[in-house]
Amino acid sequence: MATEAHGTLAHHFDSLEQQKDSAVLGMWTFLVTEILFFGGLFAAYGLYRSLYPEVFRAASHTLSIQLGTFNTVVLIASSLTMALAVRGGQTGKGKLSALFLVLTLILGSTFLVVKGFEYHEKFVEHHVPGATFHFEGPDAVHAQLFFSLYFLMTGLHALHMVVGIALVAYVAKRAAGGAYTPENHNFLEGTGLYWHFVDLVWIFLFPLLYLIGRH
Amino acid sequence: MPAHVRPVKDYIAVFLALMAFTALTVYASFVDLGPASTFVALGIAAAKATLVILYFMHVKGSTRLVPVVILSGLFFLFILFLFLAADYGTRGWLGVPGR
Amino acid sequence: MTAAATPAPGTNPDGSPRVHYLNAAYGLKSWLLTRDHKRIALLYLVSVSVFFALGGLMAVLIRMELVTPAGDLFQPDIYNRLFTMHGVLMIFFFLIPGIPAVLGNFLIPLMIGAKDLAFPRINLLSWYLYSIGGAFTLWALLHGGVDTGWTFYTPLSTNYVTTSVITVGVGIFIAGFSSILTGLNFVVTIHRMRAPGLTWFRLPLFVWSHYATALIQILGTPVVAIAILLVAAERTLHVGVFDPKLGGDPVLFQHLFWFYSHPAVYIMILPSMGVVSELIATFARKPIFGYKFVAFASIGIAVLGFLVWGHHMFVAGQSIYAGVVFSVLSMLVAVPSAIKVFNWTATLYKGSISWDTPMLYALGFIGLFTIGGLTGVMLATLGIDAHVHDTYFIIAHFHYIMVGGAIMGYLGGLHFWWPKITGRLYPAFWSRLSALVIFIGFNVTFFPQFILGYLGMPRRYHSYPPEFQVLNVMSSAGATILGLGYLMPLVYFIWSMRYGPKAPANPWGATGLEWQTTSPPPVENFKTQPVVTAPPYTYPAPTPSPGVALGD
Repeated sequence: MATEAHGTLAHHFDSLEQQKDSAVLGMWTFLVTEILFFGGLFAAYGLYRSLYPEVFRAASHTLSIQLGTFNTVVLIASSLTMALAVRGGQTGKGKLSALFLVLTLILGSTFLVVKGFEYHEKFVEHHVPGATFHFEGPDAVHAQLFFSLYFLMTGLHALHMVVGIALVAYVAKRAAGGAYTPENHNFLEGTGLYWHFVDLVWIFLFPLLYLIGRH
Repeated sequence: MPAHVRPVKDYIAVFLALMAFTALTVYASFVDLGPASTFVALGIAAAKATLVILYFMHVKGSTRLVPVVILSGLFFLFILFLFLAADYGTRGWLGVPGR
Repeated sequence: MTAAATPAPGTNPDGSPRVHYLNAAYGLKSWLLTRDHKRIALLYLVSVSVFFALGGLMAVLIRMELVTPAGDLFQPDIYNRLFTMHGVLMIFFFLIPGIPAVLGNFLIPLMIGAKDLAFPRINLLSWYLYSIGGAFTLWALLHGGVDTGWTFYTPLSTNYVTTSVITVGVGIFIAGFSSILTGLNFVVTIHRMRAPGLTWFRLPLFVWSHYATALIQILGTPVVAIAILLVAAERTLHVGVFDPKLGGDPVLFQHLFWFYSHPAVYIMILPSMGVVSELIATFARKPIFGYKFVAFASIGIAVLGFLVWGHHMFVAGQSIYAGVVFSVLSMLVAVPSAIKVFNWTATLYKGSISWDTPMLYALGFIGLFTIGGLTGVMLATLGIDAHVHDTYFIIAHFHYIMVGGAIMGYLGGLHFWWPKITGRLYPAFWSRLSALVIFIGFNVTFFPQFILGYLGMPRRYHSYPPEFQVLNVMSSAGATILGLGYLMPLVYFIWSMRYGPKAPANPWGATGLEWQTTSPPPVENFKTQPVVTAPPYTYPAPTPSPGVALGD
C-alpha cells in the first residue's frame, strides 16, 4: 500500500494509484488531440499526393535520404533513452533518470540541428515556397505544394520537439533533485509519453516525405 | 503501487527492432513495388508505431481504457480520411461539371 | 427546514451554512488563482455573459438594418463584419463553452461525489486560455472585426479580405485549447473519480451528456485548429494548400472546418439536453423513461455527429456521391435526438408536473428543439437543401436549435441550480414571466425566418426585395421582445444575490448528490464522502388516486 510519505497526493484524489491513473489517462487524451491535429495535415498531404503523384515523387527526391534516415535513427534512439529515463523514475533511481534525460536532450537537439541544416539546404536550392521558389522539372506549381506541406508538417513537428526539449530539461533537473519516486513520477511519465508521441509523428513523416519511390 | 517494471533488455530489443524496420523501409523504397510501395511503407511505419506505443509508452500492461482511448482517436482520424476519399475519389463520376 | 432551538454547528440561525465556497476566502487573488471548480464556474459565468451581451449587440444591429429593405443603416462590408462577429462571439465564446464551463464545471464533481475535477489547475488554465482567446477576438472587434462569415471560407478568407482574420483565428485557436482541456478534464474525472457505488448506469443523465460532449471537444477541436493554422499560413506564406492557382482546393478547407464545426453543434446541444433530462425528472417527479436509451443516445449523437459534416457542403462542389452518403447519415443522426424527445415526453406521462420556471424552459426546449431538429432532417434532403442553402431557412433552423434549444436549456439549468450555486432564491413570478417573454420573443423572431428562407431571401445580405419586409419587421420586433426577456434574468439574478431569500439544501426536492450538500456547498463539496446505492431519479411512487381500493 503506497504511503503518502513517498510522493505528494493531491487533496482531491483518494490514492496515489487514482492520481497516477488519472495522469496517464489525461496525457493519452491530450495525445489523441495531437493525433487529430497532425491528422489534418496528413489528410491534406494524402489528398495532394494522390492528385499529383509524379511531382510529389520528384520533389521528394530533392530531400536528403541520408539526413532523413540519420534523423530517424537519432529520434528513435532518443525514445530509447527516454524510456530508460522513465524506468529510472519507476525504480527510484533519480540520478540515472537524469542522465538518460540529458542524453535524450542531446539526441533531440541533434535532430533539430540536422533539421535546421536541411531547411538551409532547401533555402539555398530555392525550394522554399514563396516568391523565390524555383523547381527544375515539369509542374513546378504542384511541386511547391509538396514543399509547403514539407515545411508545414516538419515545422509543426519541430515546434513540438522544442516544447519537448524544454519539458525534458525541466524533468531532468527535477529528477536529479530526487523529486520522482516509484509511487509518484507522473510528470516524468507524462513527459515520456509526449516525447514518444513526437517520435511517432516522425515515424510516419519520414517515409511519406523522404521515401517516395526511390527506384 | 508501482507497476511492473520492464527489464532494460526489453527496451533494447524494441530499439533494435525499430532500427531493423527503419533499415527495411529505406531499402524497400529502392525496390519497385508498384502501387504497393505506399502500403508497404505505411505498414512498416504502423509496425514501428505499434512497438513504440506498446512498449516505450507502456500501453502493454496499462489499464484497459488506454487502448480504447488510442483506438477511438485513430478511428475518427480514419473517418476523416475515409470521407475525404469518398469526396475526392468520386468527383467527376457523374459527368456533371464541377462535381 | 426544522426550526431548531440551537442550529447545527457551522450553520447560521436560519439553517444556511456559515462557511462555504463563496466566503471561505476573500480577495481578487482568491478568485483569480482559485483551483476550486465552483469558483472557476463562476468566473466562466461572468465571461460568457459578457460575450453573450456583445454577440447580442451584433444581433440587435443586424435586426435594425433588416427592418428596411434597403441597406441604409450600414455599408455592406460593415454589415458583413456584424454578422461575422455575431457568429464568432456567440458560437466560440458563448455556446461552445457555455453550459459545460459554467454548469458542467460546477456540478460534475458534485454529481459524482468528488471533491473537484481530476485536474483543478488545468481547469483554471482553461479559463485563462478562454479569456486570452476572447481578448484576441475583442481586439480584432475593436479594430473592425472580420467580414468573412464565422465560417472563414477560402479563398475569400485567405486571398481577398484585408480584415483581422489571423487575429480572430488566433483567438479561436486559443479558445479551442480551452475547450479541449475542459473536455479532457471531464473525461478523466468521470472515468476515475466517481464515488463508491456510483456505477455508470447510476450517473445522472447530465453527466452522460457532458461525457459525450467532452468526447467531441477532444476529437473535433484539433481539426478546426489545423484548419485555422492553414488559413493563417496561406495568408502569410501563400503556401497554396487552398489556392487553386497553386494546385490547392478551397473545398479542402471546408472539409477540415466542418469536420469539427458540425460535431461542434452537438457540443452546443448535448449539455443542454443533459440539463433537460434533470429538469424533466425533477419537475415530473419521475425517473426518466428509458434511462439507458437516453444515455446511449448521447453517445450515439456524439459518434454519428462526426459522420455527417458534408451536409454543409452539398452545393460547394463536393462529389454528389459523397453528398448522398452524408445525406443518409444526417438523417440517421436525427434518430438518437428523437429517442431523447420521445423519452422525455414519456417521462411526463402520468408524472406529477410542477410549473416552476426551470420546467417552463425544459418544456420550451422540447417543443422548439423538435421544430429545429425536424427542419434539420428537411435540410439533410439533398433536393431541399439545394434550394434553401444560404437562405434564412438555414438561419431559422439553427437558431431554433441554438437559441430555442441550447439557450433555453442553459437558462433552465441556471434557474434550477441557482439556489445551489448562490444559496439564494429568485422571485418566481418574474422568472416565470421572463421565460414566457423569451418563448414568445423567440418564436416571433425566428419563425418568420423559415418562411423568408423558403421564399428565397438569402442570408448574409443587408438588403432584400421589398416583398420580404413584413416578415423582417416581425422578426425584428420579436428580437426586441427576446432581448427584453434576456435582460430580466440579469436583473433578478443579481438582485437575488443580495436580497433573495436564503435557499435550503434542496429547494426543489430533487434527487442527485448535489442536493445532498448545503446551498452553497462547502469548499470540499461534501462533509463526508457520499456512497451511492441506488439508481438516479428515485422519486417516491405516486400515491394511488382516490376511488382505488387498496389491496384490490
